[in-house]
Amino acid sequence: MTETAISTSGLWRRYGPAGDAGFDAVRGLDLEVREGELFALLGTNGAGKTSTLEVLEGLARATRGTVRVLGKDPYTDRGAVRPRIGIMLQEGGFPSDLTAEETARMWAGCTSAARPVGEALETVGLAGRAGVRVKQLSGGERRRLDLALAVLGRPQVLFLDEPTTGMDAEARRATWEVVRGLLAQGTTVLLTTHYLEEAEALADRLAIMHEGRIAVAGTPREVTAQRPSRIRFRLPEGTARWQLPAELGARGDGHDVRVATHDLQGTLTGLLLWAREHDVRLGGLDARTASLEEAFLEIAGGGPHHGTATARDTAAHDTATHDTAAHDTAEVAAR
Amino acid sequence: MSTTVTRSTTAVSRTAALARAEVTLLVRNRTALFTALALPPAMIGVAKTSLDRSGATAKTGLSQGELLLTGGVVMVLTLVVYTTLVAAYVSRREELVLKRLRTGEVRDAEILGATAVPAAAIAVVQIALLVALGAALWGGRLPQRPGLMLAGVVLGTVMTAALAAATAAVTRTVESAQVTALPLILVALVGSGVAVPLEVFPDGVAQVLRALPLTPVADLVRGGWVGGMGAGEALRALGTALAWTVLSVFAVRRWFRWEPRG
Repeated sequence: MTETAISTSGLWRRYGPAGDAGFDAVRGLDLEVREGELFALLGTNGAGKTSTLEVLEGLARATRGTVRVLGKDPYTDRGAVRPRIGIMLQEGGFPSDLTAEETARMWAGCTSAARPVGEALETVGLAGRAGVRVKQLSGGERRRLDLALAVLGRPQVLFLDEPTTGMDAEARRATWEVVRGLLAQGTTVLLTTHYLEEAEALADRLAIMHEGRIAVAGTPREVTAQRPSRIRFRLPEGTARWQLPAELGARGDGHDVRVATHDLQGTLTGLLLWAREHDVRLGGLDARTASLEEAFLEIAGGGPHHGTATARDTAAHDTATHDTAAHDTAEVAAR
Repeated sequence: MSTTVTRSTTAVSRTAALARAEVTLLVRNRTALFTALALPPAMIGVAKTSLDRSGATAKTGLSQGELLLTGGVVMVLTLVVYTTLVAAYVSRREELVLKRLRTGEVRDAEILGATAVPAAAIAVVQIALLVALGAALWGGRLPQRPGLMLAGVVLGTVMTAALAAATAAVTRTVESAQVTALPLILVALVGSGVAVPLEVFPDGVAQVLRALPLTPVADLVRGGWVGGMGAGEALRALGTALAWTVLSVFAVRRWFRWEPRG
């Protein structure tokens, strides 16, 4: 039985006054998240992900359109919806002088049918840090505490806004395991992330947002299948692009050639046969199936340096910049 | 789908859980704790000296003990409830704690109310001590009309807590709270007849001072303590105090900010 856990229709969210002074962050969004699935919302900074999430969470009112979470309006029927959902904000805070355990206990007192505090901390790997004050926790540990609170009430629907930002690769994998565990118990998860690898690893379905609208949606396979595969290579001196078979549809600058195709094997075979026939050496030959990253970059309308990164890049970056990251890794590994 | 809903939270259970955390935080914040506990007694000492010099006891016909006590109650409300809470609301907002709390089942009023619990509790204890001290040291009587006094203390506490939240709305950092909280502290100390009895001022000025937020609170406390307050006078004070309380609660609902300015 599949029911709808979250749905929006014609959702608009506007900041500021009418006219040029205001800004429409969300522009007519239609979304349907089925019960028990993990739905990932992707997009560059400013695409409208968090603005959308805040409306679904009942923190903000929609300017136009309808929103239903578990069949109710999350803003006007907040009292009925909140006990059944869990929220992890992109940026949330806790009093710095409380310990992790005291923070969780405080939250448990505000949560219907809360599970035991120790169990929740254990789930996110913070049992050993229960007595440590929040201000002494690393950035990654604070995100895990935040996750522990979000799942404290065994929510039917869980909202995770960039849950693994600031975590090193190991802590990120550990968080994925927590999320997979919740999915196995039937929790519906709506996740936003900057890490495409994260979406590919976890999402049943996903949508890529651009300028307040959904540009493309579907399973990861469906979304990437719509995109062409790519072949790149460099022609040697003395061979020009016009000499290539016309059916390749080759483009490029000078000797650097790009080919886009929906039949990678066929096109590549044709290219390689041509190269052998004409005794041409293809430099730096690179052929790849369409990936989520390519779909993403094409929609976001920029090159690889356009405000997003793969998990691999950023994980390395995190380790370099957060002095606490190494500590995090040791923590998780010790479990 | 869950079949049963167990252990639902209530407004009381949620507020209690938050208040417990707030008490822990206050105990760990030495500066705030010291201000809350030590400042009012020190200020009352200063007021005693100023009353001795101004000859206020002769002008108002009240004993020195009675003047100090009524003034002491207003001082406790200003220095313990108001000053502590402006800083508390601002720091919780800037630490994004308020934003995080609002994602749960807790209602807005419960969040603000629970934050005020430790300060309000300290204020109530200090006021009780003042009453006991007055009876023991200065031959003061026990409150003649406890109901009136209680109304003054309760309205005063809710009003100063709401005014603190309203002040927090125009305060960007905990440091600037020391500046933004100053006007009300001055108004309360100078204008409510605490340090200087209103009888000392010219009539026109005294009329204006009577309309300020904490003056009716001081009047109710004095009237409840010493007695001799006419029904019309008591109603007027109650009305003014209530009006300020409602107004400050409205200001909070309208202007309070739950997250830092972007």
